[in-house]
Amino acid sequence: MNRFSGALDRLGRTVLAGVEEMGKIFLLFISVLAWMVRPPLKLRNIFKQMEFVGVKSIFVVLLTGTFTGMVLALQGYHGFRMFSAESLVGSTVALSMTRELGPVLTSLMVTARAGSAMAAELGTMRVTEQIDALYVMAVNPVKHLIVPRVIAGVLMVPVLTVVSDFVGILGGYFVGVHLLGINSGVFIKNITRLVTLEDIYNGLIKAACFGLILSLIGCYKGFNTSGGAEGVGRATTEAVVLASITILVSDYFLTAIMF
Amino acid sequence: MIRLVDLHKSFGKQKVLGGIDLRIEEGKTTVIIGRSGGGKSVLLKHIIGLLRPDSGQVLINGTDIAKLGESKLNEIRKKFGMLFQEAALFDSMTVGENVAFPLREHTRMKEKEIRETVADRLHSVGLTGVEEKMPSELSGGMRKRVGLARASAMHPQIVLFDEPTTGLDPVMTEAINRLIIDTQKKFNLTCVVISHDIQSIFEIGDWIAMLYEGKIIEYGTPEELRASRNPVMVQFLSGSIEGPIQII
Repeated sequence: MNRFSGALDRLGRTVLAGVEEMGKIFLLFISVLAWMVRPPLKLRNIFKQMEFVGVKSIFVVLLTGTFTGMVLALQGYHGFRMFSAESLVGSTVALSMTRELGPVLTSLMVTARAGSAMAAELGTMRVTEQIDALYVMAVNPVKHLIVPRVIAGVLMVPVLTVVSDFVGILGGYFVGVHLLGINSGVFIKNITRLVTLEDIYNGLIKAACFGLILSLIGCYKGFNTSGGAEGVGRATTEAVVLASITILVSDYFLTAIMF
Repeated sequence: MIRLVDLHKSFGKQKVLGGIDLRIEEGKTTVIIGRSGGGKSVLLKHIIGLLRPDSGQVLINGTDIAKLGESKLNEIRKKFGMLFQEAALFDSMTVGENVAFPLREHTRMKEKEIRETVADRLHSVGLTGVEEKMPSELSGGMRKRVGLARASAMHPQIVLFDEPTTGLDPVMTEAINRLIIDTQKKFNLTCVVISHDIQSIFEIGDWIAMLYEGKIIEYGTPEELRASRNPVMVQFLSGSIEGPIQII
């Protein structure tokens, strides 16, 4: 009985801690919104973050996008060949990329690259009193540090998703047409026939939501770091794990609402 | 003038400040001494509103900042400068950008004026031509001097120093002490210094306050404190391990 109540106690505490954390992240979100509309908006800071989140993630997004498209074509081809529907490989690759894999894989890669860096950078600033220094100099750290990062996340993840969608389809085309011998005209025709603009838009809306999630969680974890170098490491790991899980879970709900 | 009235602060079950009453004289240097981990930094953070007390008042020129909202608190903070223990320079910015940071945030100075002010502030702490360096390229002493240049960029009335000489060699310690004394005299600053470096305390302090177990147990001029018969004070100044201060 004692063991049972102990386990229940631990479960309760975990759930409470989780709910409390969600509340705090939501409050940070409200605070970011409030500071976002208050001038002056430091464009230089925002562009710097956009460069970091966007431009510097292009290579890794190109790589993941291309290979995902290629493997989708390869797998799809073997499946569709069983009932002679190889012509559908192109549209399958395009639909999977635009609706699902483009936004999800891009945001997971950006989480690993930029979300983790946000947590580490803000965490280091916290433990070396640089965030306190901002307060002392009458500068709000949410406005100065977090707003530019969140704006960069929301704007750049969709842009990277467009890149990922494009190279994914291109990779699929290369494998489908050049390696597996599907007719090039049929491949493209089926894409234009079955993929609507809405598929692409909805994918991009998802990407913007994921960009918000990864930057907000990265900043939250970094901003609330304590405990020196070990704390920074822990914050970084937690940011990547929590952001990745939240992206995957919210992906289901966003898909259920949109499509 | 700064006055702390019956200031209490606990973190969880640990009581750090248990009723602090302290008056910090305008235009003078007050040094707060006490053992490591005894709440000196916590006390300093209350003076600038980085921490809020559980109860009590922090009066800056008669205004209780413990109850102020952020925008009003920020107006008061503009009168302050603070030198952090490890200088807390922004490591993504150059030295020049660090010193220019408060000017860019709070003034409408032109770039040329900012550059001149930055060079002037750096010169006043004995540094020239370091504007383009990154903080990571500087030694500990240089970082603290850049921190002081940044803290004094906006011509503050009050400057807070969190252990300004900890971790420095004796020569650099002396240089920083001189710098604090000169800057204080030049601008008639109100300085609050946290330290446990006995030599520095007597050199720079006009007034000294001893913090022990969450309370100010002694307050006076350096001479008065040297002559104090309070056993805690005697033990602290002599650095003896025998006495009321327990070694944990």
